Amino acid sequence: MNKKTKNAVFYGIIGLLSALALISLIMIVGFILIKGLPGITPEFLTQSPSKMGKEGGILPIIIGTLYVTLVALVIATPIGVAAAIYFNEYSRDTRGVRMIRFFTEVLAGIPSIIFGLFGFAFFVVFLGLGWSVLSGGLTLTIMILPTLIRATEESLKTVPMSYREGSLSLGATKWQTIIKVTLPCCKSGVLTGLILGMGRAIGETAAVMLTIGGSMRMAESLLDPTRTMALHLYMIASEGVSEEKTYATAALLIIIVLIINTIANQISRSMIKLS
Amino acid sequence: MENRENEEKKFEIKGLDLYYGKFQALEKVDMDVYANKITALIGPSGCGKSTFLRTLNRMNDLIPGVTIEGDIRFDDEDIYDKDYDVINLRKKVGMVFQKPNPFPKSIYDNIVYGPKVHGEKNKETLDHIVERTLKEVALWEEVKDRLNKSALGLSGGQQQRLCIARCLAVEPEVILMDEPTSALDPVATSKIEGLLGELALKYTIVIVTHNMQQAGRVSDNTAFFLSGKVLEVDNTAQMFSNPKNPKTEDYITGRFG
Repeated sequence: MNKKTKNAVFYGIIGLLSALALISLIMIVGFILIKGLPGITPEFLTQSPSKMGKEGGILPIIIGTLYVTLVALVIATPIGVAAAIYFNEYSRDTRGVRMIRFFTEVLAGIPSIIFGLFGFAFFVVFLGLGWSVLSGGLTLTIMILPTLIRATEESLKTVPMSYREGSLSLGATKWQTIIKVTLPCCKSGVLTGLILGMGRAIGETAAVMLTIGGSMRMAESLLDPTRTMALHLYMIASEGVSEEKTYATAALLIIIVLIINTIANQISRSMIKLS
Repeated sequence: MENRENEEKKFEIKGLDLYYGKFQALEKVDMDVYANKITALIGPSGCGKSTFLRTLNRMNDLIPGVTIEGDIRFDDEDIYDKDYDVINLRKKVGMVFQKPNPFPKSIYDNIVYGPKVHGEKNKETLDHIVERTLKEVALWEEVKDRLNKSALGLSGGQQQRLCIARCLAVEPEVILMDEPTSALDPVATSKIEGLLGELALKYTIVIVTHNMQQAGRVSDNTAFFLSGKVLEVDNTAQMFSNPKNPKTEDYITGRFG
Protein backbone atom coordinates (compact mmCIF):
# COMPACT_ATOMS: atom_id res chain seq x y z
CA MET A 1 0.00 0.00 0.00
CA ASN A 2 1.58 3.27 -0.98
CA LYS A 3 1.57 6.46 1.09
CA LYS A 4 -1.36 8.04 -0.67
CA THR A 5 -3.57 5.01 -0.15
CA LYS A 6 -2.53 4.71 3.49
CA ASN A 7 -3.45 8.32 3.99
CA ALA A 8 -6.84 7.82 2.42
CA VAL A 9 -7.56 4.70 4.48
CA PHE A 10 -6.57 6.48 7.67
CA TYR A 11 -8.75 9.43 6.77
CA GLY A 12 -11.59 7.06 6.07
CA ILE A 13 -11.27 5.30 9.41
CA ILE A 14 -11.14 8.59 11.32
CA GLY A 15 -14.14 9.83 9.39
CA LEU A 16 -16.06 6.65 10.13
CA LEU A 17 -15.33 6.80 13.86
CA SER A 18 -16.31 10.46 14.02
CA ALA A 19 -19.49 9.67 12.16
CA LEU A 20 -20.24 6.92 14.69
CA ALA A 21 -19.84 9.38 17.54
CA LEU A 22 -22.06 11.89 15.84
CA ILE A 23 -24.64 9.23 14.95
CA SER A 24 -24.90 7.98 18.53
CA LEU A 25 -25.46 11.51 19.74
CA ILE A 26 -28.08 12.16 17.09
CA MET A 27 -29.75 8.85 17.85
CA ILE A 28 -30.14 9.60 21.53
CA VAL A 29 -31.34 13.15 21.06
CA GLY A 30 -33.45 12.23 18.06
CA PHE A 31 -35.09 9.24 19.74
CA ILE A 32 -36.08 11.22 22.82
CA LEU A 33 -37.29 14.21 20.81
CA ILE A 34 -39.34 12.09 18.40
CA LYS A 35 -41.05 10.23 21.22
CA GLY A 36 -41.31 13.19 23.55
CA LEU A 37 -42.06 16.31 21.47
CA PRO A 38 -45.71 15.41 20.84
CA GLY A 39 -46.21 15.38 24.60
CA ILE A 40 -44.91 18.90 25.07
CA THR A 41 -48.19 20.77 24.83
CA PRO A 42 -49.09 24.12 26.38
CA GLU A 43 -51.02 22.20 29.03
CA PHE A 44 -47.93 20.17 29.77
CA LEU A 45 -46.00 23.32 30.47
CA THR A 46 -48.60 25.17 32.48
CA GLN A 47 -50.60 22.69 34.50
CA SER A 48 -49.88 20.79 37.64
CA PRO A 49 -49.66 17.02 37.54
CA SER A 50 -52.67 14.96 38.47
CA LYS A 51 -53.20 11.27 39.06
CA MET A 52 -49.58 10.86 40.28
CA GLY A 53 -48.15 12.33 37.08
CA LYS A 54 -50.27 10.29 34.68
CA GLU A 55 -52.10 13.37 33.51
CA GLY A 56 -51.76 17.11 33.58
CA GLY A 57 -48.56 19.04 33.22
CA ILE A 58 -45.31 19.50 35.05
CA LEU A 59 -45.39 23.19 35.92
CA PRO A 60 -44.49 22.79 39.65
CA ILE A 61 -41.64 20.53 38.56
CA ILE A 62 -40.31 23.07 36.08
CA ILE A 63 -40.50 25.71 38.81
CA GLY A 64 -38.86 23.33 41.27
CA THR A 65 -35.99 22.75 38.85
CA LEU A 66 -35.58 26.50 38.50
CA TYR A 67 -35.58 27.11 42.24
CA VAL A 68 -33.04 24.44 43.05
CA THR A 69 -30.71 25.44 40.23
CA LEU A 70 -30.99 29.10 41.18
CA VAL A 71 -30.13 28.38 44.82
CA ALA A 72 -27.11 26.40 43.70
CA LEU A 73 -25.93 29.16 41.35
CA VAL A 74 -26.49 32.01 43.79
CA ILE A 75 -24.47 30.30 46.50
CA ALA A 76 -21.83 28.62 44.35
CA THR A 77 -20.93 31.64 42.23
CA PRO A 78 -19.48 33.96 44.86
CA ILE A 79 -17.72 31.09 46.61
CA GLY A 80 -16.35 29.62 43.39
CA VAL A 81 -15.21 32.92 41.92
CA ALA A 82 -13.64 33.99 45.20
CA ALA A 83 -11.80 30.69 45.53
CA ALA A 84 -10.50 30.94 41.97
CA ILE A 85 -9.35 34.51 42.59
CA TYR A 86 -7.58 33.37 45.72
CA PHE A 87 -5.82 30.47 43.98
CA ASN A 88 -4.78 32.45 40.96
CA GLU A 89 -4.14 35.95 42.24
CA TYR A 90 -3.18 35.69 45.87
CA SER A 91 -1.79 32.40 46.95
CA ARG A 92 1.79 31.32 46.74
CA ASP A 93 2.42 27.76 45.66
CA THR A 94 2.67 26.38 49.18
CA ARG A 95 1.84 22.90 50.30
CA GLY A 96 -1.40 24.10 51.91
CA VAL A 97 -2.63 25.60 48.67
CA ARG A 98 -1.68 22.53 46.69
CA MET A 99 -3.64 20.36 49.09
CA ILE A 100 -6.71 22.52 48.75
CA ARG A 101 -6.38 22.37 44.99
CA PHE A 102 -6.06 18.60 45.15
CA PHE A 103 -9.22 18.26 47.19
CA THR A 104 -11.06 20.54 44.78
CA GLU A 105 -10.04 18.29 41.92
CA VAL A 106 -11.07 15.17 43.85
CA LEU A 107 -14.46 16.72 44.51
CA ALA A 108 -14.98 16.93 40.76
CA GLY A 109 -14.68 13.17 40.43
CA ILE A 110 -16.91 12.04 43.27
CA PRO A 111 -20.05 10.18 42.11
CA SER A 112 -23.15 12.30 42.49
CA ILE A 113 -25.00 9.72 44.58
CA ILE A 114 -22.38 10.21 47.26
CA PHE A 115 -23.09 13.94 47.19
CA GLY A 116 -26.71 12.99 47.60
CA LEU A 117 -25.95 10.84 50.60
CA PHE A 118 -23.84 13.58 52.16
CA GLY A 119 -26.54 16.14 51.43
CA PHE A 120 -29.10 13.92 53.13
CA ALA A 121 -26.99 13.30 56.19
CA PHE A 122 -25.80 16.89 56.58
CA PHE A 123 -28.39 19.28 55.19
CA VAL A 124 -31.58 17.28 55.53
CA VAL A 125 -30.91 15.61 58.87
CA PHE A 126 -28.06 17.26 60.75
CA LEU A 127 -28.88 20.89 59.94
CA GLY A 128 -32.56 20.08 60.11
CA LEU A 129 -33.41 21.63 56.76
CA GLY A 130 -35.49 18.62 55.83
CA TRP A 131 -36.25 17.56 52.33
CA SER A 132 -36.33 20.91 50.64
CA VAL A 133 -35.28 23.19 47.83
CA LEU A 134 -32.57 24.48 50.12
CA SER A 135 -31.12 21.07 50.92
CA GLY A 136 -31.06 20.16 47.25
CA GLY A 137 -29.65 23.51 46.24
CA LEU A 138 -26.86 23.35 48.80
CA THR A 139 -25.95 19.82 47.74
CA LEU A 140 -25.78 20.91 44.12
CA THR A 141 -23.65 23.87 45.18
CA ILE A 142 -20.94 21.57 46.45
CA MET A 143 -21.22 19.51 43.29
CA ILE A 144 -20.78 22.34 40.81
CA LEU A 145 -18.19 24.22 42.84
CA PRO A 146 -15.13 22.46 41.33
CA THR A 147 -16.40 23.17 37.79
CA LEU A 148 -16.91 26.82 38.62
CA ILE A 149 -13.55 27.19 40.30
CA ARG A 150 -11.71 25.53 37.45
CA ALA A 151 -13.49 27.55 34.74
CA THR A 152 -12.89 30.82 36.57
CA GLU A 153 -9.25 29.96 37.20
CA GLU A 154 -8.66 29.11 33.57
CA SER A 155 -10.26 32.42 32.58
CA LEU A 156 -8.13 34.40 35.02
CA LYS A 157 -5.05 32.73 33.58
CA THR A 158 -5.85 34.10 30.14
CA VAL A 159 -5.52 37.68 31.37
CA PRO A 160 -2.00 38.85 30.52
CA MET A 161 0.26 39.83 33.39
CA SER A 162 0.93 43.14 31.64
CA TYR A 163 -2.59 44.34 32.42
CA ARG A 164 -2.09 43.68 36.11
CA GLU A 165 1.32 45.37 36.04
CA GLY A 166 -0.15 48.38 34.27
CA SER A 167 -2.83 48.71 36.91
CA LEU A 168 -0.54 48.27 39.89
CA SER A 169 2.03 50.70 38.51
CA LEU A 170 -0.67 53.39 38.54
CA GLY A 171 -1.06 52.93 42.28
CA ALA A 172 -4.08 50.60 42.30
CA THR A 173 -4.29 47.97 45.00
CA LYS A 174 -4.35 44.28 44.14
CA TRP A 175 -8.04 44.16 44.96
CA GLN A 176 -8.87 47.12 42.71
CA THR A 177 -6.85 45.51 39.94
CA ILE A 178 -8.84 42.28 40.20
CA ILE A 179 -12.23 43.98 40.26
CA LYS A 180 -11.58 46.68 37.66
CA VAL A 181 -9.21 45.02 35.22
CA THR A 182 -8.68 41.28 35.62
CA LEU A 183 -12.26 40.08 36.16
CA PRO A 184 -13.92 42.34 33.57
CA CYS A 185 -11.30 41.17 31.10
CA CYS A 186 -12.26 37.51 31.42
CA LYS A 187 -15.93 37.80 32.27
CA SER A 188 -17.08 35.73 29.30
CA GLY A 189 -14.98 32.82 30.46
CA VAL A 190 -16.41 33.06 33.94
CA LEU A 191 -19.92 33.29 32.52
CA THR A 192 -19.34 30.20 30.38
CA GLY A 193 -18.21 28.30 33.46
CA LEU A 194 -21.34 29.42 35.29
CA ILE A 195 -23.57 28.27 32.49
CA LEU A 196 -21.86 24.91 32.26
CA GLY A 197 -22.25 24.52 36.02
CA MET A 198 -25.91 25.35 35.63
CA GLY A 199 -26.23 22.71 32.93
CA ARG A 200 -24.76 20.11 35.23
CA ALA A 201 -27.02 21.11 38.10
CA ILE A 202 -30.18 20.95 36.02
CA GLY A 203 -29.56 17.40 34.94
CA GLU A 204 -28.64 16.03 38.35
CA THR A 205 -30.73 13.17 39.61
CA ALA A 206 -28.82 11.21 42.21
CA ALA A 207 -27.79 14.24 44.22
CA VAL A 208 -31.29 15.66 44.45
CA MET A 209 -33.06 12.36 44.88
CA LEU A 210 -32.08 12.11 48.52
CA THR A 211 -32.42 15.76 49.35
CA ILE A 212 -35.40 17.47 47.80
CA GLY A 213 -38.17 15.12 48.73
CA GLY A 214 -40.03 14.49 45.50
CA SER A 215 -43.24 16.39 46.19
CA MET A 216 -45.24 17.30 43.11
CA ARG A 217 -46.82 20.31 44.75
CA MET A 218 -45.58 23.81 43.90
CA ALA A 219 -42.82 24.76 46.31
CA GLU A 220 -43.61 28.04 48.02
CA SER A 221 -40.56 28.53 50.18
CA LEU A 222 -36.98 27.37 50.30
CA LEU A 223 -37.88 24.82 52.92
CA ASP A 224 -40.64 23.17 50.91
CA PRO A 225 -39.95 19.88 49.25
CA THR A 226 -40.08 19.75 45.47
CA ARG A 227 -39.16 17.73 42.43
CA THR A 228 -36.84 18.50 39.54
CA MET A 229 -37.40 17.41 35.96
CA ALA A 230 -34.58 14.88 36.04
CA LEU A 231 -35.90 13.41 39.26
CA HIS A 232 -39.45 13.40 37.99
CA LEU A 233 -38.31 11.60 34.88
CA TYR A 234 -36.62 8.93 37.00
CA MET A 235 -39.63 8.51 39.24
CA ILE A 236 -42.33 8.22 36.62
CA ALA A 237 -40.12 6.03 34.45
CA SER A 238 -39.39 3.61 37.26
CA GLU A 239 -43.03 3.58 38.36
CA GLY A 240 -44.24 3.12 34.81
CA VAL A 241 -46.83 5.81 35.27
CA SER A 242 -47.09 7.22 31.77
CA GLU A 243 -44.92 6.63 28.76
CA GLU A 244 -46.05 9.83 27.12
CA LYS A 245 -45.23 12.02 30.12
CA THR A 246 -41.89 10.27 30.63
CA TYR A 247 -40.68 11.01 27.12
CA ALA A 248 -42.14 14.52 27.18
CA THR A 249 -40.20 15.32 30.35
CA ALA A 250 -37.06 13.83 28.87
CA ALA A 251 -37.51 15.82 25.67
CA LEU A 252 -37.99 19.08 27.58
CA LEU A 253 -34.89 18.37 29.61
CA ILE A 254 -32.81 17.70 26.51
CA ILE A 255 -34.07 20.86 24.84
CA ILE A 256 -33.07 22.91 27.89
CA VAL A 257 -29.62 21.30 27.96
CA LEU A 258 -29.21 22.03 24.24
CA ILE A 259 -30.19 25.67 24.76
CA ILE A 260 -27.78 26.05 27.67
CA ASN A 261 -24.90 24.58 25.71
CA THR A 262 -25.65 26.75 22.70
CA ILE A 263 -25.62 29.89 24.84
CA ALA A 264 -22.34 28.85 26.46
CA ASN A 265 -20.88 28.19 23.05
CA GLN A 266 -21.97 31.57 21.70
CA ILE A 267 -20.48 33.37 24.65
CA SER A 268 -17.12 31.64 24.37
CA ARG A 269 -17.11 32.33 20.64
CA SER A 270 -17.71 36.03 21.20
CA MET A 271 -14.92 35.98 23.76
CA ILE A 272 -12.48 34.57 21.23
CA LYS A 273 -13.59 37.12 18.68
CA LEU A 274 -12.97 40.01 21.05
CA SER A 275 -9.44 38.92 21.86
CA MET B 1 30.55 63.80 39.15
CA GLU B 2 31.04 67.46 39.77
CA ASN B 3 29.53 69.08 42.84
CA ARG B 4 25.79 68.70 42.65
CA GLU B 5 24.96 69.25 46.26
CA ASN B 6 22.62 72.08 45.37
CA GLU B 7 20.51 70.09 42.99
CA GLU B 8 17.38 68.43 44.28
CA LYS B 9 17.55 64.65 44.40
CA LYS B 10 14.44 62.59 43.86
CA PHE B 11 16.05 59.26 44.57
CA GLU B 12 19.16 58.44 46.57
CA ILE B 13 20.32 54.86 46.32
CA LYS B 14 23.14 53.49 48.44
CA GLY B 15 24.49 49.97 48.52
CA LEU B 16 21.52 48.34 46.76
CA ASP B 17 21.81 44.56 46.53
CA LEU B 18 19.08 42.53 44.88
CA TYR B 19 18.76 38.75 44.73
CA TYR B 20 16.42 36.57 42.70
CA GLY B 21 16.58 33.62 45.09
CA LYS B 22 20.30 32.94 45.24
CA PHE B 23 21.23 34.82 42.09
CA GLN B 24 22.51 38.32 42.71
CA ALA B 25 21.12 40.61 40.04
CA LEU B 26 22.27 43.94 41.50
CA GLU B 27 25.43 44.53 43.47
CA LYS B 28 26.18 47.56 45.64
CA VAL B 29 24.45 50.04 43.38
CA ASP B 30 25.01 53.67 44.35
CA MET B 31 23.17 56.29 42.38
CA ASP B 32 21.28 59.53 42.63
CA VAL B 33 18.37 60.56 40.44
CA TYR B 34 18.07 64.32 40.05
CA ALA B 35 14.77 66.14 39.82
CA ASN B 36 13.54 67.35 36.45
CA LYS B 37 16.36 65.65 34.64
CA ILE B 38 16.36 62.70 32.30
CA THR B 39 18.57 59.91 33.61
CA ALA B 40 19.37 57.11 31.18
CA LEU B 41 20.35 53.62 32.25
CA ILE B 42 22.44 51.87 29.63
CA GLY B 43 24.25 48.58 29.46
CA PRO B 44 24.16 45.21 27.70
CA SER B 45 21.22 42.79 27.98
CA GLY B 46 20.71 41.20 31.33
CA CYS B 47 22.91 43.62 33.22
CA GLY B 48 20.19 44.62 35.67
CA LYS B 49 18.97 47.97 34.35
CA SER B 50 15.29 46.95 34.22
CA THR B 51 15.57 45.21 37.56
CA PHE B 52 17.00 48.38 39.03
CA LEU B 53 14.25 50.48 37.48
CA ARG B 54 11.60 48.27 39.01
CA THR B 55 13.03 48.67 42.48
CA LEU B 56 12.29 52.38 42.28
CA ASN B 57 8.53 51.81 42.28
CA ARG B 58 8.65 48.51 44.10
CA MET B 59 7.33 46.55 41.15
CA ASN B 60 9.80 43.84 42.08
CA ASP B 61 7.49 43.13 45.01
CA LEU B 62 5.37 41.22 42.50
CA ILE B 63 8.09 38.66 41.90
CA PRO B 64 8.29 35.90 44.50
CA GLY B 65 11.70 35.14 45.96
CA VAL B 66 13.21 38.61 45.53
CA THR B 67 15.39 39.96 48.34
CA ILE B 68 16.45 43.58 48.49
CA GLU B 69 19.04 45.12 50.74
CA GLY B 70 20.38 48.62 50.92
CA ASP B 71 19.11 52.11 51.24
CA ILE B 72 16.69 53.40 48.63
CA ARG B 73 15.27 56.78 49.44
CA PHE B 74 12.60 58.72 47.56
CA ASP B 75 12.18 62.32 48.70
CA ASP B 76 14.40 61.32 51.57
CA GLU B 77 12.20 58.47 52.78
CA ASP B 78 13.21 54.81 52.81
CA ILE B 79 10.73 53.24 50.38
CA TYR B 80 11.41 49.72 51.58
CA ASP B 81 10.51 50.54 55.14
CA LYS B 82 7.78 48.20 56.26
CA ASP B 83 5.38 51.05 57.01
CA TYR B 84 5.97 52.88 53.75
CA ASP B 85 2.88 53.45 51.63
CA VAL B 86 3.53 51.55 48.39
CA ILE B 87 0.31 52.71 46.77
CA ASN B 88 1.31 56.33 47.23
CA LEU B 89 4.80 55.58 45.94
CA ARG B 90 3.38 54.15 42.75
CA LYS B 91 1.14 57.16 42.35
CA LYS B 92 4.14 59.45 42.53
CA VAL B 93 6.49 57.20 40.59
CA GLY B 94 4.81 56.02 37.41
CA MET B 95 5.98 53.47 34.90
CA VAL B 96 5.82 52.97 31.15
CA PHE B 97 6.57 49.46 29.96
CA GLN B 98 8.52 48.12 27.04
CA LYS B 99 5.54 46.63 25.32
CA PRO B 100 2.59 49.06 25.33
CA ASN B 101 -0.05 47.67 27.67
CA PRO B 102 -3.27 49.66 27.41
CA PHE B 103 -6.24 48.02 29.11
CA PRO B 104 -8.87 46.42 26.86
CA LYS B 105 -11.09 49.41 27.52
CA SER B 106 -11.84 52.65 25.72
CA ILE B 107 -9.20 55.36 25.35
CA TYR B 108 -11.16 57.48 27.82
CA ASP B 109 -11.46 54.69 30.37
CA ASN B 110 -7.76 53.90 30.13
CA ILE B 111 -6.79 57.41 31.10
CA VAL B 112 -9.33 57.92 33.86
CA TYR B 113 -8.51 54.52 35.39
CA GLY B 114 -5.72 55.92 37.55
CA PRO B 115 -7.58 58.99 38.86
CA LYS B 116 -10.70 56.91 39.52
CA VAL B 117 -8.75 54.34 41.45
CA HIS B 118 -7.45 57.15 43.64
CA GLY B 119 -10.96 58.44 44.27
CA GLU B 120 -11.67 61.03 41.60
CA LYS B 121 -15.37 60.94 40.71
CA ASN B 122 -16.21 64.30 39.17
CA LYS B 123 -16.93 63.87 35.47
CA GLU B 124 -15.78 67.35 34.50
CA THR B 125 -12.49 66.86 36.28
CA LEU B 126 -12.00 63.50 34.58
CA ASP B 127 -12.83 64.95 31.15
CA HIS B 128 -10.30 67.67 31.78
CA ILE B 129 -7.64 65.16 32.81
CA VAL B 130 -8.21 63.20 29.60
CA GLU B 131 -7.77 66.27 27.46
CA ARG B 132 -4.77 67.56 29.37
CA THR B 133 -2.81 64.31 29.34
CA LEU B 134 -3.59 63.47 25.72
CA LYS B 135 -2.36 66.92 24.76
CA GLU B 136 0.80 66.42 26.82
CA VAL B 137 1.62 63.35 24.74
CA ALA B 138 0.54 64.97 21.46
CA LEU B 139 -2.24 62.43 20.93
CA TRP B 140 -5.28 64.65 21.50
CA GLU B 141 -5.82 65.73 17.90
CA GLU B 142 -5.54 62.15 16.68
CA VAL B 143 -8.06 60.61 19.05
CA LYS B 144 -10.30 63.36 20.40
CA ASP B 145 -13.20 62.19 18.25
CA ARG B 146 -12.94 58.56 19.24
CA LEU B 147 -12.32 58.58 22.96
CA ASN B 148 -14.94 55.89 23.42
CA LYS B 149 -13.34 53.49 21.00
CA SER B 150 -11.15 50.66 22.27
CA ALA B 151 -7.56 51.55 23.00
CA LEU B 152 -6.53 48.30 21.35
CA GLY B 153 -7.48 49.76 17.99
CA LEU B 154 -4.60 52.25 18.11
CA SER B 155 -1.23 51.71 16.49
CA GLY B 156 1.74 50.63 18.60
CA GLY B 157 3.15 54.13 18.81
CA GLN B 158 -0.23 55.60 19.69
CA GLN B 159 -0.77 52.93 22.33
CA GLN B 160 2.54 53.75 23.95
CA ARG B 161 1.72 57.45 23.99
CA LEU B 162 -1.63 56.52 25.52
CA CYS B 163 0.20 54.59 28.22
CA ILE B 164 2.32 57.63 28.94
CA ALA B 165 -0.84 59.76 29.13
CA ARG B 166 -2.42 57.19 31.43
CA CYS B 167 0.63 57.46 33.65
CA LEU B 168 0.49 61.27 33.63
CA ALA B 169 -3.17 61.25 34.63
CA VAL B 170 -2.30 60.46 38.25
CA GLU B 171 0.13 63.40 38.34
CA PRO B 172 3.33 61.56 39.18
CA GLU B 173 6.58 63.24 40.04
CA VAL B 174 8.79 60.64 38.43
CA ILE B 175 8.24 58.62 35.27
CA LEU B 176 10.14 55.36 34.89
CA MET B 177 10.44 54.16 31.32
CA ASP B 178 11.58 50.65 30.56
CA GLU B 179 12.82 50.67 26.95
CA PRO B 180 9.67 52.51 25.90
CA THR B 181 10.50 52.66 22.22
CA SER B 182 12.15 49.29 21.62
CA ALA B 183 8.89 47.78 20.35
CA LEU B 184 8.11 50.73 18.08
CA ASP B 185 9.01 51.78 14.56
CA PRO B 186 11.45 54.68 13.99
CA VAL B 187 8.73 57.27 13.35
CA ALA B 188 6.87 56.42 16.54
CA THR B 189 10.20 56.30 18.37
CA SER B 190 11.17 59.79 17.34
CA LYS B 191 7.73 61.10 18.29
CA ILE B 192 8.17 59.76 21.79
CA GLU B 193 11.76 60.95 22.08
CA GLY B 194 10.49 64.37 21.10
CA LEU B 195 8.06 64.24 24.01
CA LEU B 196 10.73 63.55 26.57
CA GLY B 197 12.25 67.01 26.55
CA GLU B 198 8.82 68.54 27.18
CA LEU B 199 8.00 66.05 29.89
CA ALA B 200 11.27 66.66 31.70
CA LEU B 201 10.19 70.23 32.35
CA LYS B 202 7.48 68.95 34.67
CA TYR B 203 8.62 65.47 35.64
CA THR B 204 11.74 63.53 36.53
CA ILE B 205 12.45 60.78 34.04
CA VAL B 206 14.49 57.61 34.33
CA ILE B 207 14.74 55.73 31.09
CA VAL B 208 16.24 52.32 30.43
CA THR B 209 17.46 52.06 26.91
CA HIS B 210 19.29 49.58 24.78
CA ASN B 211 19.91 52.24 22.26
CA MET B 212 22.97 54.28 23.09
CA GLN B 213 22.29 56.89 20.52
CA GLN B 214 18.93 57.43 22.17
CA ALA B 215 20.63 57.83 25.55
CA GLY B 216 23.02 60.34 24.06
CA ARG B 217 20.21 62.22 22.34
CA VAL B 218 17.73 62.62 25.14
CA SER B 219 19.34 62.30 28.56
CA ASP B 220 21.01 64.68 30.97
CA ASN B 221 22.71 62.02 33.06
CA THR B 222 23.62 58.44 32.28
CA ALA B 223 24.43 55.40 34.38
CA PHE B 224 26.29 52.50 32.81
CA PHE B 225 25.33 49.06 34.16
CA LEU B 226 27.39 45.91 33.70
CA SER B 227 26.64 42.57 35.34
CA GLY B 228 24.51 44.09 38.05
CA LYS B 229 26.94 46.85 38.98
CA VAL B 230 26.98 50.51 38.12
CA LEU B 231 30.39 51.11 36.65
CA GLU B 232 29.94 54.76 35.96
CA VAL B 233 27.42 57.51 36.54
CA ASP B 234 27.91 60.95 35.04
CA ASN B 235 26.54 63.83 33.09
CA THR B 236 25.72 62.39 29.68
CA ALA B 237 27.81 64.73 27.60
CA GLN B 238 30.76 64.07 29.89
CA MET B 239 30.35 60.31 29.84
CA PHE B 240 30.00 60.03 26.12
CA SER B 241 32.92 62.27 25.30
CA ASN B 242 35.21 61.42 28.18
CA PRO B 243 34.28 58.16 29.88
CA LYS B 244 36.26 57.45 33.03
CA ASN B 245 35.95 53.66 33.02
CA PRO B 246 37.55 51.76 30.15
CA LYS B 247 34.63 49.35 30.01
CA THR B 248 32.25 52.30 29.60
CA GLU B 249 34.29 53.46 26.68
CA ASP B 250 34.24 49.97 25.18
CA TYR B 251 30.46 49.77 25.46
CA ILE B 252 29.84 53.24 24.11
CA THR B 253 32.08 52.72 21.17
CA GLY B 254 30.35 49.47 20.44
CA ARG B 255 33.14 47.06 21.23
CA PHE B 256 30.65 44.87 23.08
CA GLY B 257 27.02 44.73 24.10
